[in-house]
This record gives sequence, C-alpha cells and structure tokens, in this order.
Amino acid sequence: MKPKLALYWASSCGGCEIAVVDTELKILDIAGFFDIVFWPCLMDFKYKDVEAMEDGEITLCLFNGAIRTSENEYMAKLLRAKSKVLVAFGSCASEGCIPALANFYDKQSILDFVYKDSQSLEENSRGVYPETKTHMPEGEIDIPEFWNTVKTLDQVVDVDYYVPGCPPQSFQIVKVVEAVIDILKNGKPLPPTGTVLGAGDKTCCDECPRERKEKKIKKFYRPQEIIPDPNECLLDQGLMCMGPATRSGCDALCVKANIGCRGCYGPPVNVMDQGTKMVSALSSVIDSTDQKEVREIIKTIADPLGTFYRFSMGASLMRRVQPKKVEKE
Amino acid sequence: MVTVNIDGKNVEVLEETSILKAAESAGIWIPTLCYSELFEPYGVCRLCTVEVIRGKRSRLVTSCNYPVREGLTVLTNSDKVKWIRKLIMELTYSRWPNVPVVKDMAAALGVSEPRFKSLEQDLAPDACILCGNCVNICRDVVKASVLSFEGIGIGRKVVLPYNEQSETCIVCGACAQVCPTGHIKIKSLEKERGALQDWYLGPKTAINIPTLQAVPRVPIIDEKSCIKMQTGGCGVCSTYCEPEAINYEAKDEEIEIEVGQILITTGYQTIDLKQMSQYGYGRLDDVYSSLEFEHMLNSTGPTGGTILCKDGSEPRAVGIVHCIGSRDENFHKYCSRVCCMYALKFAHLVKDRTPAEVYQFYIDMRAFGKGYEEFYKRLLDEGVNMIRGKVAEISEGYLNNGDKPYLNIKCEDTLIGKFREIPVDMVILCPAIEPQFDASNIKKIFSISQSPDKFFLERHPKLDPVSTMTDGVFIAGCAQGPKDIPDSVAQASAAAARILSLISLGEVAVDPIKAEVMDEYCSGCRMCNSLCPYSAISFQEEKKISYINDMLCKGCGTCVSACPASAIIGKGFTDKQILAELEGILSV
Repeated sequence: MKPKLALYWASSCGGCEIAVVDTELKILDIAGFFDIVFWPCLMDFKYKDVEAMEDGEITLCLFNGAIRTSENEYMAKLLRAKSKVLVAFGSCASEGCIPALANFYDKQSILDFVYKDSQSLEENSRGVYPETKTHMPEGEIDIPEFWNTVKTLDQVVDVDYYVPGCPPQSFQIVKVVEAVIDILKNGKPLPPTGTVLGAGDKTCCDECPRERKEKKIKKFYRPQEIIPDPNECLLDQGLMCMGPATRSGCDALCVKANIGCRGCYGPPVNVMDQGTKMVSALSSVIDSTDQKEVREIIKTIADPLGTFYRFSMGASLMRRVQPKKVEKE
Repeated sequence: MVTVNIDGKNVEVLEETSILKAAESAGIWIPTLCYSELFEPYGVCRLCTVEVIRGKRSRLVTSCNYPVREGLTVLTNSDKVKWIRKLIMELTYSRWPNVPVVKDMAAALGVSEPRFKSLEQDLAPDACILCGNCVNICRDVVKASVLSFEGIGIGRKVVLPYNEQSETCIVCGACAQVCPTGHIKIKSLEKERGALQDWYLGPKTAINIPTLQAVPRVPIIDEKSCIKMQTGGCGVCSTYCEPEAINYEAKDEEIEIEVGQILITTGYQTIDLKQMSQYGYGRLDDVYSSLEFEHMLNSTGPTGGTILCKDGSEPRAVGIVHCIGSRDENFHKYCSRVCCMYALKFAHLVKDRTPAEVYQFYIDMRAFGKGYEEFYKRLLDEGVNMIRGKVAEISEGYLNNGDKPYLNIKCEDTLIGKFREIPVDMVILCPAIEPQFDASNIKKIFSISQSPDKFFLERHPKLDPVSTMTDGVFIAGCAQGPKDIPDSVAQASAAAARILSLISLGEVAVDPIKAEVMDEYCSGCRMCNSLCPYSAISFQEEKKISYINDMLCKGCGTCVSACPASAIIGKGFTDKQILAELEGILSV
C-alpha cells in the first residue's frame, strides 16, 4: 500500500501549493510514490473524507497557512489526529507570515476597516458585519468565526517538522520530498521532532554573492530612491535587507535581483525573535554617536514593525500588539 | 698601464685615460671651462688644447677627450700651445667680456684685453658660454634630456623644448650645478617638484645624513629627489662610494613582528603656522618656527650655530612670540607646556651669541619645573624685555627707502595698558604642540581612546597614567599630551617598567568570560566587525566569517547582542543558560 499524503491550506494565499506544483516533473514522482488523499486546492476532497479516516492513517501532511478562524483550527486539529507526521509548511504555518501582521490590530478594528471605513468599500449603509450564525428561511447557516489573534500551527497543535519560506523554494521542496521518500523506502530514522527541513543552518548572507564591508549606515534608502551597486552588500549601501537575520535556504533569491531580503525564511537557528535581533544588529551599526542624528537616521526606516516582523510576527516573543483600549462612554 | 711623457715628465696611467686627467695626476694644470668628470668630454671650449708629438708628427688636440697612448709625448706649455690658447681665449673673451669666469680665465692666461672687438649685436646676450655642460648632464646623467641647443652660429643657444616649462624636468638642479658661469638658476619649481620639502635652513642633497647625531650615522637617499630613483640616470654617488654601499634597489618594507606588549610613543607635531597668516610665517623672511631656530642654533646646523638673518646679517633685535595656537580659542585651548622654557632658552642663547635686543611676547610665564623659576629670574637679570600680551600682527616696515625692511610686531602690552609696535629683525614663533595628524588611525589600530584634545587617553590620570584601556598597550611622551623631556623620560621609564614586570611574570591572567563565534552559524554579514570596542573582531577573508581574538576580547557582550544570526555566544552567558535560569526563577 502506498503511503498517504495530504496537503491543506488554512489562512494562506495559495503560494505554497503553487510552489509544490512548481516542482515540475518531480510532481509525478510525488504522485507516483504517494497516494494523495487530501488536497483541496487541486483535487476534489471533502472534509468528511478526512473525518472518515482512521487516526494516523495519513503518513505525511503538509499543512500551510496560519490559524485565524475556527475552521482553520478545526482542520488543524483534525489533520493532526489523522496524520503520522504533520509538517508546518511555509512561513504562515511556521511563523504567521503576512496574515499575522493582523496582530498589530484586533478583530474589531479589522472588521471596522473592511466593512465600514475602507475607501474601496462601495456601500454598507446598513452596517452589515459578518455573523457566525445567520437565520435564513431555509434554516440556520454557519460561517467560521474570525479570531482576534492569528496563530501559527504549533500554537494550536503539536508540529513535527517545519519547512520555512514564503513560499518554500521548489528545489527545497524536492529535497524534502526526496528525503521523505528515502526514509519511507529504506526505513531510515526520522530526524528529531522540531527540525527545520528544506533550509540551511546559516543566514541569507552565506548564500549572498555580494561583497560585504564593515558596516556603517548613515541613511536607510527605500528601493526606489537609489540604484544599488550589483556587487556590494545592499545593507552597506543603506538598503534595508533582512538577510543577516534570516535563515539561509532560498539561495539569496531577492538579493540576487537587487532587492533586499525580506526575511521570509524566518529566524536563523539560534534566534528566538527575528525582528528584535535585526533591530539589535542594525542599531549597533548606525554611523553616528549624536543622539539627534541617530534619531534622524532611524526615522529613515520605513514601516519598522512591518519590515522587521513582516513574516515572523505570529511566532515572535510579542505574538501580538495589544490593541488600544477605547474607553466606552 | 701606459706611460706618456708630459712636459718631460713620465706619467704612468691607465689606458684610455684622457691627457687632461693624466696631466692632472702629474700635477700639471691645463686650463678648461667646460670639463666635467660626470659625462663624456665635449671639447667645446678648446682651452685645454695641447701639442701631441708622435714620432715626427706634431698635432694640436683637445686634451680632455684625447686618450693617452704608449709612448706619446705631450707638451702643455709649448709656444704653439701658448699661441693657440691665447687666440682661443681672446676670441671667447671678446664675445663674453662681462662673464666673471671668462674674465678670470683670461687673466690666468695672461689676456688682459682681447685683440678683437665684437660688434654690439654680436656680444653674447647673457652669461651662457655655450659649453653644453647642462645639455650633456641632462641627457647623459639625469637621462631626462630636457635641455638642448637651438640655432647655429651666433644664434646658438640652450633652450627648453618650445621654450616652455617642461613636464619632464624633475628639478634636480644638476644643470645649475655644472654650469661654469652660474647662468642657470633653479627657481620656483623647487618647492613644487623634486627638491626636499622638509623644513630646512640650507641646501640639502638627495643623499644626506639627516643630522650629525643620527644613529646609525649613515646617509639616506630621499626617493623623491634622487635622480637615479626618479629617472634611472645619474648614479654618481655610487661611482664615488668605494665600499659600494649604495643600494638604489632598497625599498621601504613592512615587517610583521609578533609581540606581547606595545608602547605607543608616536609623539607630536607642531601646528601649521601658515594658517595664521597674520604672523607672516612662510611669507616674510626671518620669521622662523622654534624648531627651525633650534636647528640654526645647533653647532652642526646650517650656520654652525651662528644666529643669522636670511640675508646673512646679524639681527639687531629678536622677537620671540609665545602661544601660537596654544591657549587660543580658535585652535587649541590647552597649554603646550614646553614653549615658555625653550623661549627663555632661546632668549638666553641670543643674548649670549649676539648683542641683539630680545623681546618675549607672552600671555603668562609658566616656569613650573625644577630650577625653571630660577632660570626665568636669571633671564630677567640678563635684560630680556618681557612684554605681557598677545601679538596681533607681524608686518614689514621700512625706515628709509632702500634700507633692509624690518619686522614690525604689533601687540598689546597689558602691563602698561598700551598698544605697542616693536621693530625687530627676526621673529621666532612658538607653535602649539598637537597630536600627530594620523593619531585617530593609531587609535583605531590599538582600540585606545583619545581625550577631547585628541591626545591618547591614559587609563586613569592619577592611578594609571601609562596604560590604556587595551591590555598590553601603553603610552608615553607627547602622544599622551604635551610634555617636556624630563616628563617624557619619566613616563617612558614608568611604561617600560610596567612592561618589564609583565615580561618577568611570564604569563598573564585573563578573564574566562569571552565571546566566541560559532563558525557553523556565522555567515559573515560583518555586522559585528566595527562594533568591538577592543578591536578583537576581525574578518577572515578566506573563510568569509568573523573571528574573535580571545586575548583581546573583554567579554563585554556588545557583539553577542548585535549578531543578527546569534552566531556569537557569550561564554557563561548563553541564551540557553539565561532562559533556563529564568525558567527556574519563574517555576517557584
């Protein structure tokens, strides 16, 4: 009997699924080796198919997307129960990624914006907000409940392994799948629980071909402000690059395209909080001892929270920013 | 060896020696205007003409370029020779009647008045006698070939190409050196190119012994002004050096020496006096810096210790101006500490060696050392004029038309509350002592600190005045702050003693708390490289990762918290340890 494979998307954009498809002909090996039992993005399966399975029946489940609604949580728990090995696949499941930027706000302010204040909103004069239960003539219908805080997969269920990246690079997915096949075929031991698969132990700088100098930063530029030298370290040139505080594995994809690393491969091995680590590092290389000047230099960093925690907010030590308490009269 | 007979004397000389040289070795004088040993004889002045007899044949030849042969008979004073020399001399004299060298030579040959008279328009326009020495030395020795002849007959002259200042000219001065009449002069470009630019009061050659007290006392070659090093020509000094000790190939080299401790004694420099144009340094003759004057006072200096103005006269009055750039809000606020005493010494020596009046312009007289106050007292008794006040300006003044200008010192005399102008012949400025221009580089290299005045900072002004914040690095002398010789010697001795005490121990105890780079996690982003206050972090180019020198690291943890990859751990204070401790505390 073939080992069973499941893929699921929770709160995500679908890029991880595309990355799997992007393995090109390797997808045939995957389909050939595994019996794909659940993959809502590509194939027609229903939740009830999974619910009907025995516990631990699925050999490998690649779970992408953050946990943001009651539905996400239900599926996470369900797939955990039915899978032998559950992998947090991609940045959302591992560390919250873009969805977790919602943790700078709370549920109410997000709903207010989307259903009331957004300039792109056409018409909502009746003040309609989503409700979990709606009474219709045909009966009551449910939609999942929207949570206050976006969580990572391992904040909801136990996770065996992690594959970082937004999305994980296809060549890394191939490597992971090949390793899994190798383990299943040849009965090799599994790596210890919690291992990060499909990434390196060093940082993005290790893969970056640019020439680095001793760092001294006088001003941070936005990408449209300068044309960076293609051979020199972007950070040396004052362009924000999260590379030094980001795990290697993507083969320095962005920096090779003259754009600073955005940090999607998550914190390096020993780092607990990617954002603080980067802040701590940058603050030590700002080229001034004058308080005022330092403040001016720091002001040139655009959107610091969104820059330093773009991908890791959900898994950061902060988890979320406490929403401002509006006093009710 | 060949034997020739010169004026009846048998002379034994090397083959190929010229008759002129052979005669010289026999002590026989042959007149010449153009001969130089430095290049091939050109035989142009013809004055060295001698009579050569070989067998029955007699010929007149120029002795400077006629090589001796075995059995040659030479007459340098025969009637024939006398007649022809006189004729040549008369012809030369008639064209250059006003050139001293030609006049002297004519007198030596007994020509008082030439028989010929040049027409007014045929008289040479200048003192160039067309000997070609300058052209020859520039082509053959300097190998720059800047000078050349132009025109023929009466229009012949020595010119620069297109009569313009040549880029190829290295301003070596060789042409001026060999010019027999002194017609060629080296002017303004000397300062721009080639010639030595250090402060000096007299001429210097490219190869020289810097001072007679130099140790070891051997000459050095100034690479910038040595012709050999510039063009590959010349090399004259090596032909004179019998032990063949001159090596043009020797280059400055960097030598790496591994040491355990370092004493920094990089000293000081004096402030650039030219930025204070009101004092006229570099603009007015006879305004000297104290170091230049010290050089003049030196018995091995350019004047042998005699105090002279630039025109060679003895000064009638000398002004010594204190605090140039020190105790000055615009330059250095600190006191340079040594000027008062050397200024008093100068006054004493001027009084001792000349009858000149001496004026001291001071703000406060700081004679604080042992025996210093007594010396000050003695100077007052010697009749030195002390004027308390800052000098506003030094300018040139003229007494009568045509007189030598004097230097007018304008100042305020605060003791009598009057503005004064004092005429002197010589002014000595006492420039501020300041840190070497590259002190901040030294600071970076050794990770030591500088005080606000940019001198190196000691660890503690009272308790640890010779060591720095970097272990094993000590400082002494003016690198740490302005001080006189006794203070410098005392501080240097203290530093040497500190160093020796550690050497005799043989080992040093170091703190175990250090930072360490975990090679397997470092990606060489170089964030930490410039951070370390002790310069313990270096970047290994071949491995592309950073490295912490255990001996230099003080375990401050700056790099640990800055490392964006957490690849640097503080031994004894790792994240794991701290988290475990927190867990322990919180679990209670």
